[in-house]
Amino acid sequence: MKNNLFTKTKPDENKMKEFEQNVKINMKRAYFTALGFTGSHESALELSQEAFIRAYKNYNKFNPDRKFFTWYYKILKNLCLNFIRDSKKYNNVSFLDSTDNLPANSTPQQDLERDETGKLVQEALLKLNFEDREIIILKEFQGLSYKEISELLNLPEGTVMSKLFYARKKLLKLLKGVL
Amino acid sequence: MTEYNLILMEKILDGSANAAEKAEFEQIIINEPKMKKEFEEQKHIKEVLKMVQLKNPTNEVWDGYWEGIYNRLERSIAWLFIFAGAAVLLALGSYEAVETFLADTQTPAVIKYSTAAVVFGLTLLLFSVIREKLFTRKHDKYKEIQR
Repeated sequence: MKNNLFTKTKPDENKMKEFEQNVKINMKRAYFTALGFTGSHESALELSQEAFIRAYKNYNKFNPDRKFFTWYYKILKNLCLNFIRDSKKYNNVSFLDSTDNLPANSTPQQDLERDETGKLVQEALLKLNFEDREIIILKEFQGLSYKEISELLNLPEGTVMSKLFYARKKLLKLLKGVL
Repeated sequence: MTEYNLILMEKILDGSANAAEKAEFEQIIINEPKMKKEFEEQKHIKEVLKMVQLKNPTNEVWDGYWEGIYNRLERSIAWLFIFAGAAVLLALGSYEAVETFLADTQTPAVIKYSTAAVVFGLTLLLFSVIREKLFTRKHDKYKEIQR
């Protein structure tokens, strides 16, 4: 019994290891979500890490039957909302890139056009309200399924589809005339 | 546009529609030009969005990501100890200072009692602010709402 007590791994150590695993599995998704929301690398890094720290401090409230990211997402979203509310102005640094799956033989003119499109999309995205931007980031940039989005936002799948449709429509309206 | 048609369109755009749904949608856009226009617009914006992606940071960011969190967690524990220790030391020091001040026979009683009243008032004020902050944080129903 005495030996068991001393050889047993400390509960805090187990908790930390489990948490570390959760961070490593979800860090990219967390960072990119924050990047889509805030439009800045530094803020995305800071906020996604801060959300993990808050998650760790409240880890005893996490229900292991649920998905970690669904629980963590609420913390991250609130942090990002507060950040956006407080900073009011977005920086002008680009947070979008051309995708990798583009033809290798594209001309410099085509590359230039793509860069320009990226800038316009970024500007339009930042003009959308948070809800519309959120759903576009989750679906079009993070590639989440309707089911995953409905879990994250706690909405029925049909509502997710409808919100997505109207969010894209608003984006198109903002881009009309420039694309 | 009906909710049903909208959901059907989303499934087509997402590539998750089955053969029957595809056939049904084909029929709808033949009969409803407005629906066809909406579909073309949605397809266009999806294509535009496919051309861009969120910028990937350098590998160093991912390599140091967990370490950054771990270091901050460790430091927050250190700060907690520093604040707790400093608070105890400050309280003891203040108590000693007040006791010495009150025991001093040279200072007139009126100054002693006025000073004691000011110190008591400031302590009460500080306590009230801290209590309000802690209470509001715990019980504010509207804290998730953007003001």
